[in-house]
Amino acid sequence: MAFQVTKENDVTVVAVEGQLIVGNRQELKQKVLEELENGERKFVVDFDQTGYIDSSGLGVLVSLSKKIREQGGELRLASLNEDLRTLFELTKLDTLFKISDSRAEALKGL
Amino acid sequence: MKTELVLELPNDIRTIGHAVDYVMERCTACCEHARKLDLNFRVGLTEALSNAMLYGNAEDPAKRVRIEVVVAGSEITARITDEGTGFDPDNVPDPTTPANVVKTGGRGIFLMRSLLDEVRFNEQGNSVTLVLRLEQSDSPGEVEGGAQA
Repeated sequence: MAFQVTKENDVTVVAVEGQLIVGNRQELKQKVLEELENGERKFVVDFDQTGYIDSSGLGVLVSLSKKIREQGGELRLASLNEDLRTLFELTKLDTLFKISDSRAEALKGL
Repeated sequence: MKTELVLELPNDIRTIGHAVDYVMERCTACCEHARKLDLNFRVGLTEALSNAMLYGNAEDPAKRVRIEVVVAGSEITARITDEGTGFDPDNVPDPTTPANVVKTGGRGIFLMRSLLDEVRFNEQGNSVTLVLRLEQSDSPGEVEGGAQA
């Protein structure tokens, strides 16, 4: 499992490969916060290659979204498969995040 | 057919992903592929192990977590036991209220109860039993929630 950080113009895109769970959530948090400290303000987390997310993974996304908003930025989520969308819907986190069907759609207007 | 599997893990959250993958591999070998197994059981088991290590055993590296899994026909039962003093599972706030949805934690037990058909705690509160029932209709393309809390 790994997190691939790339830049699309002024947007930082983090692709989650494998799973986002209690054992690796701090790695994602650290990578995004490093970019935030470096002045980046626009973020997309791409779940196209993600198998599953647990509550700790959901929690770190909530935390990051809050920290990014506090700095005047925005975090969007992209490419959630049906299973992952189910988790966001069950927890009502779909009301908290802007969720796009694809990375390209998430980048639009960001 | 009845399959039993027992694992003892060190109290290290880095072992959770590998342990869940191993249990899933064994369960998948016993049951037909089903999305309810892939998502509901996988997430439920991850949550139970996470709770056991972080809260039950309070991140104490000297403690251990025991996993017991029984696959009997289309029913999978997993019992996860930690070495902590336990907690009151009935005293857990609803994480989906407007006030709680913005919080970073408190979704683990809710997800277990939402995704599994049965979630039972022992009296002490240091052992949780998860039950997933796979039906003939649980073919790829369906995702089901279990009993709500």
